[in-house]
Amino acid sequence: MIDLTLPAWAGWAMGCGLLLFILMVALSVRRNHGIKRSLFAMPYTLWMFIFTLLPCVLIAYYALTDANGRFTLDNFRSFWDSNHIMRENLRAMGGDEMAATVARGSVNVDTLVYSLWMAFLCTAISLVLGYPAALFMADRKMKLGATLVVLFIIPMWMNFLLRTIAWMSLLEDNGLINAFLEWIGIGRRQLMYNQQAVLLGMVYNFLPFMVFPIYTSLSKLDPKLGEAAQDLGCNEIRTLYKVTMPLSLPGVISGITMVFMPSVTTFFIPRVLGGGNTRMFGDLIESTFKTAGNWNLGSALSLIMMVLILISLSILRKADPNGEGGGIV
Amino acid sequence: MKKVLCVLLAALILLPTFALADEVVNVFNWEDYIDESVLAQFEEETGIKVNYMRFTDNEEMVISVESNPGAFDVVFPSEYMVERLINKGLLAEINFDNIPNFSNIREDLKNPSYDAGNAHSVPYMWGTLGILYNTKLVDEADVQTWKVLWNEKYAGQILMMDSLRDTMGLALRTLDASNSMNSTDYTQLKAAADLLKDQKAAGMVKAYGLDEFKDKMVAGEGALAVVYSGDAEYAIELNEDLAYVVPQEGSNIWVDCAVIPVSAKNKENAEKFIDFLCRPEIAAANVEEIGYCSPNEAAIEMMGEDYQNSNVMNPSDEVISRCEYYHDLDEMWLNIYTTLYSDVLSTKVK
Repeated sequence: MIDLTLPAWAGWAMGCGLLLFILMVALSVRRNHGIKRSLFAMPYTLWMFIFTLLPCVLIAYYALTDANGRFTLDNFRSFWDSNHIMRENLRAMGGDEMAATVARGSVNVDTLVYSLWMAFLCTAISLVLGYPAALFMADRKMKLGATLVVLFIIPMWMNFLLRTIAWMSLLEDNGLINAFLEWIGIGRRQLMYNQQAVLLGMVYNFLPFMVFPIYTSLSKLDPKLGEAAQDLGCNEIRTLYKVTMPLSLPGVISGITMVFMPSVTTFFIPRVLGGGNTRMFGDLIESTFKTAGNWNLGSALSLIMMVLILISLSILRKADPNGEGGGIV
Repeated sequence: MKKVLCVLLAALILLPTFALADEVVNVFNWEDYIDESVLAQFEEETGIKVNYMRFTDNEEMVISVESNPGAFDVVFPSEYMVERLINKGLLAEINFDNIPNFSNIREDLKNPSYDAGNAHSVPYMWGTLGILYNTKLVDEADVQTWKVLWNEKYAGQILMMDSLRDTMGLALRTLDASNSMNSTDYTQLKAAADLLKDQKAAGMVKAYGLDEFKDKMVAGEGALAVVYSGDAEYAIELNEDLAYVVPQEGSNIWVDCAVIPVSAKNKENAEKFIDFLCRPEIAAANVEEIGYCSPNEAAIEMMGEDYQNSNVMNPSDEVISRCEYYHDLDEMWLNIYTTLYSDVLSTKVK
């Protein structure tokens, strides 16, 4: 079912790539009669080549081939119609009538749309919560600012899986929050295994990725600009709208990308806090690889998601062309 | 000078390889599936170092075994996976001369349909699939049938298993007790998937999950959960309100086996290790630790009456007669199962 052996040309291509790479290094050393500074970037470039570029090429290879390694676009068809292979199988087994009853399956598309929607919600909530927090942290008049930064960082020392599992014991029917709700007379209610719980988990985990880029860009702001605005007659709120916010936009853009991307691809949080009631695209890709054992379709799904993320990145890049947010855009 | 440096460097790189030249056995077992102190005992007795690695589901395990040939000497797949691995030619034939303790294994589990003559596998643990329920919340009469999972009385309190074969299988049996859990009849499968979708859409299911549900049941977080008998035993020991039943429509018997991949580098050590596991006192120690049911008759005798009379740990012949093994599905049917099941998992509560 899963054939890990690549065709010979792939092996040759990798070998040639590596040779070319070594040749380039050698040439650059010779041309400059000695070691150039850029040579120090070579280990990193090599790392990127082996662990980022090659895997992407492999994903594209699997996405565009079938189980026998022949070129096909069927995997993308299966993305659009999740029942496609099943219908073909029934037909191949002589069940034409049954095959005719199989309608288009929208599981894959629906799950992707749902993931994008959840990621959008998560990013929006993180922005609304994160911007004021970053403002407080960056405010030089606030003594608490530095403490806040530390408080934001401390939970990140712990692995996010542990933090997510910890939420379970808070949200459970017999958990701490429910015990408290009962004590104050509101009564127990089901807090886990629904969309709100998953959103809570996502926002909780990804909020720091929104706060820190905004905080960085706010603390780089020259306070004189705000003072000048006030000298010219702006009140505090107007200064915030007219000066601080526009100038912190690069940080916001960077924050949005850093929250949106892991949100779309997240797969552990919905499983633990959503209990299978909120399946996201990451879960779907995982089960396509594992349960269904279909590496080709799984790769096609991954490729589709990568392309979508690239598109959204390039749109965001337009808003921050100089990369001032210091983000990955 | 340069040459000396080169030799030194080469020696440094090769050093770990020499250090590893000792006798080893690479074991790949389920998470929480052994009394780890027996590993130390094995190392002490034989001088063979045990590299112990863990997995959490069959599919993940197969991917690891296929993509790392030579990395594992003893692996513990479930019976349907044993069948698939045999069909793929990935399992070595076991030399039973090296496993005298095989004679301790229960007769009715020998020569199974998934591996004729036990040529490639030795049963390690076995059990049934059934329902773990909270006797304070659930009427014992209701839970004698799988239909209880569709009973409005327990809406929102049911924990289902996120496991392709088990969940589709129980739905097939719910439709009709004469349906096989290995059904290759599209109409039956479609009806089973629709049944599961209705159940989810109607809000009957609290959550789909796996291992964590035994602890949820102990904590009183659900009324009913679909579990393996071993997990049921674990939960019942921690909370006496819980009970386990194999519904009358019948269910699955599963057997987790020890097998040796063809790519194994230390086959003899692997056989020594498997024989060690079949020793009554070792098998008993493992049962004590993990609470699963052992196929080892000598071990069961050692463990006393409580154990022999438990319907969870030692199912009666009557229960066994209602149950069947899973068989491996070919690629086409596996795809049909997964496609239908994926539809179930994506169903949202109405």
